[in-house]
Amino acid sequence: MVETAIVPLIMIVIVLVAVLVTVMYIVLLERKVQAWVQVRLGPMRVGPHGTLQPLADVLKLFVKEDITPARADKWVFTAAPIIVLVPALIAFAVIPFGRDLTLFGITIPGRIADVNVGLLYIISVASIGIYGIILGGWASNSKYPLLASLRSSAQLISYEIAVTMTLVTVIMLAGTLSMVGIVDAQLSKGWWFGFMQPVAFFIYFIGGLAETNRAPFDLPEAEQELVAGFHTEYSGMRFAFYFLAEYANMIVVSSVATTLFLGGWLAPFPNVAWLSFLGFVPGWAWFMLKTFGFLYVFLWVRATLPRYRYDQLMRLGWKWLIPLAILNVVVTGLLKVLV
Amino acid sequence: MVEAAAFYILAALILGFGALVITAKSTVHSVLFLVADFLCVAALYVTLQAQFLAVIQVMVYAGGIVVLYLFVVMLVNLKRPPEAHSDPRRRGRLGFVMAVAVLAELVAIFAVGWAKPATAAGALSPNNVEQIGRALYTDYLIPFELASILLLVAMIGAIILAKREL
Amino acid sequence: MITTTHYMVLSAALFTLGVIGVLTRRNIIIVFMSIELMLNAANINLIAFSQQMQNAIGQVFAVFVIVVAAAEAAVGLGIILAFYRNKETVNIDEMSLLRW
Repeated sequence: MVETAIVPLIMIVIVLVAVLVTVMYIVLLERKVQAWVQVRLGPMRVGPHGTLQPLADVLKLFVKEDITPARADKWVFTAAPIIVLVPALIAFAVIPFGRDLTLFGITIPGRIADVNVGLLYIISVASIGIYGIILGGWASNSKYPLLASLRSSAQLISYEIAVTMTLVTVIMLAGTLSMVGIVDAQLSKGWWFGFMQPVAFFIYFIGGLAETNRAPFDLPEAEQELVAGFHTEYSGMRFAFYFLAEYANMIVVSSVATTLFLGGWLAPFPNVAWLSFLGFVPGWAWFMLKTFGFLYVFLWVRATLPRYRYDQLMRLGWKWLIPLAILNVVVTGLLKVLV
Repeated sequence: MVEAAAFYILAALILGFGALVITAKSTVHSVLFLVADFLCVAALYVTLQAQFLAVIQVMVYAGGIVVLYLFVVMLVNLKRPPEAHSDPRRRGRLGFVMAVAVLAELVAIFAVGWAKPATAAGALSPNNVEQIGRALYTDYLIPFELASILLLVAMIGAIILAKREL
Repeated sequence: MITTTHYMVLSAALFTLGVIGVLTRRNIIIVFMSIELMLNAANINLIAFSQQMQNAIGQVFAVFVIVVAAAEAAVGLGIILAFYRNKETVNIDEMSLLRW
């Protein structure tokens, strides 16, 4: 009873709180990293070196006036931010954070649920998030958000294909769709899949940037282009939901990359005996380290690269990444059979 | 007990959303009710031990096909009010005929259903991805290849039909 | 105790809703969506039987049904778009160019 119901419930609460706090602080980290790249200091006023800035942001968004455009479709307008946020959060249900612990005779598993189709679950949940973007733009009953939302969703569904193809190669290496099984396969093979599949990792990274509407693929929500994209007409808590959802999506993409390509909660070189002292660092600490490393690269790329034009973006996705990803699948299949 | 509750709730949601799909006035609302319907059907598949089909249903049906419908609905956004129903009595008459047909069908189902006892619900191996994959690549290889050719033809056809100029 | 008969009744009811949608609505996109409802009803039936017979073949067939539904939706929506570009309507009463 305790194991089947109460432990997962507590883990859900812990994971949700952790994700929400991480999202708030990633927002601050992004502003700080961009500032340091541009040789300035970023937010410094609230708290020591600006560390309490996220609280100020949350407070501001709470008390802002909630404006609904005149002839917007009220139900859809309210539902769209929720439809974006919920898939971003429920994707954390299958990600393995660490080893199984045993406290007071109760095994606490290192994840919320071990679904035997865990990886497909994450992909399918991500494709539901697209609805929030399309509906947000349409429900605003206004030109710029509609255009931006159609562009953004077309970009998302295009890059979804390339990303799914790279995940197929990982599945071929691991032999299972379960996320826990994939980490165990990396443990048994002794190599992180990022080293065995560098092309797939690279394509996944680019696709991940495009899937989360991050620079250099952030044309649909860049300020200089389409006002503010599909969330132009949203204010207050609804805008906060969109914001939250975008950063939560980033964290999901990073966590999935960590689990699939960087060994999840494994220490580097887990099977090498003389490096086993690294095992003293708990699994979830390695997981967090790798995820934050990946997130930092997201922020770094935003500060560094210029933006892609929309047709260049679509051409890159359809003409370069998808054929490359399919070629990767074919080569992996051949190597598995021949070697 | 939990199974029965899950089934009845999901069945009510599926039929409720289905009814809303065919009676909603705004087309976009119909599409949204269709998405909700498909998600409930996917949940039903999970209770039927078909987890792979459930995620495929969400990924392909709810997350792909209905997105296509939504795009077309937005591109075909008409200025005039949605369809003026031509004959309100026609709908009533047709509804009655359909209800009689369904009644006949249900009677037939129950008559045949009680004759054979239903087998107790065993568990399909939780490896049903592997089972489906094996079946697709060994026994059903030719239909699998034909399905891929069908998809290729449909893709080319859709692009040609919807292009502005060739 | 939920038997296969329950699933068959649910499938029949969903199918009927789909047929009512096809027969009574004038907007062609709603007609297409009702066809999708019918395909889903068939899928529910297939998977319920797959669980009763403990055989994965039902699920394989359901995968094929989904593939065919995707192909049909893509081509059908392409046709609707092409027609709309010419005649500015999605009301099937007005799609009567071939009627004499």
